[in-house]
Parts: sequence; structure tokens; C-alpha cells
Amino acid sequence: MDRIKSSRDLSQQLNEAESVPSHNLGVVQQVVDRFMSQWPNNRGIYLQLQRLADFITKTRSELSSFRPQEMKEQFIPKAADELDAIVEATAAATHTIMDAADVIMDIAGRLEKADSDKAMAAVTSIYEACTFQDITGQRVTKVVNVLKVIEDRIDKMVLALGELEPLDQAQIEALDLAASNPAFAPEAPMPEAPAPSSGSALHGPALPGQGKSQAEIDAILSGLEGTP
Amino acid sequence: MAVDLKMPVLIVDDYATMLRIVKNLLKQIGFDNVDEASDGGQALQMMKLKKYGLVISDWNMQPTSGIELLRTVRADADLKGTPFIMVTAESKTDNVIEAKNAGVSNYIVKPFSSEILKGKIASVLGQF
Repeated sequence: MDRIKSSRDLSQQLNEAESVPSHNLGVVQQVVDRFMSQWPNNRGIYLQLQRLADFITKTRSELSSFRPQEMKEQFIPKAADELDAIVEATAAATHTIMDAADVIMDIAGRLEKADSDKAMAAVTSIYEACTFQDITGQRVTKVVNVLKVIEDRIDKMVLALGELEPLDQAQIEALDLAASNPAFAPEAPMPEAPAPSSGSALHGPALPGQGKSQAEIDAILSGLEGTP
Repeated sequence: MAVDLKMPVLIVDDYATMLRIVKNLLKQIGFDNVDEASDGGQALQMMKLKKYGLVISDWNMQPTSGIELLRTVRADADLKGTPFIMVTAESKTDNVIEAKNAGVSNYIVKPFSSEILKGKIASVLGQF
């Protein structure tokens, strides 16, 4: 890392430091320390930088107190397992419900017509209601994907918190080398829900009030709305 | 033209519960010659071996989705005329328009009723 010659250099060095997630907090601190040692008499800047340095130290300590490693290793996998268990349990229960509905349907076929019709209508309602399992499964899958994003973010945070000791000269030189490497691109964007197939992104079941109703979809299909 | 209730119908969904539900609802409507596939690839193989009078497919499946199945079917000289109804939780305008442009015969959003299923089949095949 070169001597800091201007505020432009400072911001450039800070930018470089940010592009190396495993060291960024330590490097920011170092840039600040260096700046202060070079201009010990510029009190205004010194105070601002001191506040910045204090803020960074405090943030780092607060982030550590969240125990991100524990979150990543215990809570998130546990939450994902629980969600998977929900999907499995609803699938098993849905099959049991439908087994029972099948029995009722068989018996209903032997009743007088009026009763038979009523029983059949009730069985149809049971089947319709069982579509909840598919919808629930898709919603839970969405949540599991969000958990994976959170896990990934925590990973990056743990990496950034990893360097608690000041860097030695070898690390600084490695950092200078790394900062000039285009592979250390800024953080990747948040992944969308997986859309492996061609075409529009898939959104899964819509929340109430979002998404189109069957009537609106009918209108789109019949050319009353949207492109032909 | 009268609808032949004996014609083979192919239903495609990656959820076993949904296959069972659709199969039962179809049975109650009157169709009892129903085959099942769990993704678009399996469905296509089945369609090449047997002529189906109607395909009812989910959209979001792995590895081959319903929209890919629809496009493949519409591009295949032997299969392109097959009535194809999409049954999916996807209810965004983009998705509906994409399915429409790909040549979908009708589009049902989940959750749906037996009445809706019957109505959409009738609008595709004619009253029965």
C-alpha cells in the first residue's frame, strides 16, 4: 500500500479494501491509522477519521456479538430442516386424507342418488382443499431459498470479521496484489429464485392481493389484456 | 364434436399429491383414462409412445419445465395439435402471456376448483 497523497488516494484505497472481503475492516482501520500518522496536525480531518475508526471498531464488535458463526452452523440449518419436515408431514397427511376420501367416495356410490351426490360434492371439496399441499410446498421452498441467501451473506460477514488482528506487512502486500485482481469483483447481486428453465422468471404462489386471479388470466388469454 | 371421455389424458406435475388430486377430479368429471408424468421430459417420452387427447401440466418442474414441454410439443409435427392446459401457481402477467405466446390452450391458476377444471376442459375440447 502506497503512502496516502490525497483524499482521492484515500477513497481509492478504501475502495480497494472493500473489494477484499476477508480483510476489509482491518484495512480500513489501517488506512485511517496511516492517514493520521502522516498528518498529525490536521485536527479536523483527524477527528473525523477518529470517529470513523471508532465507528468501525464498534460495528465490528457489535457484529461479533451476533455470533454469526452460530447462526450459520446451527440456527439456519435447523430452520431449513424444520421447513423440510413440514413439507414431508403435509404430503403424508394429504395422502392419508385422500385415502379416506377415496373410501367415502366408494361408499357414496352405493347410496341413494340425493345422498350420493351430496357425499360426492363433499369429497370433491376435500380434494380441492388438498391442493394446499402443493402451494405450501412451493411457499416453503421459497423460504428455504431465502435462508440460503442469508447463509451466504453471513458467510461473507464471518469472512470480513475474520481478521481481528492488525495486518502484517506480508498481508498488506498480498492485499495490494489482490486488490488489483479483477476477480475480486464487488459483491454478487442477490440471487433470484432459481429459474433453470428458459423464459420468464418463476415466482411461485402469489401472496393475497398480488398475482392475477383466474378471471384476469382468462382475460389475458382471450386477448382482452396484454399482447396478442 | 362430442368429447370422448375415454380418450387418454396425460397429467404432469412434480408433486405426487397434485397428480392424485387432478386424477381424482378428472375421474369425477368423467375422464378415467389418465396417465401421470412427474416432469416435462418424462411427459414428452410418453407422448411419443401414445397419442393423448389432452395434456394438463404444471409449469415449475425439474429438470424439464411445463413451458419447455409446451414449446417442444408445439414444435413437433406429430404432437403440435395436442390440447394443452397449464395448471400452475404462477399467476404473474408475464407468465400467462409467455404461456399464451407458446401456444397454451388454457391456463388454470392454483388453487382451483373442480368446476374451473371442468369449465376449462370444456372450453378447449367442447362441452361434455
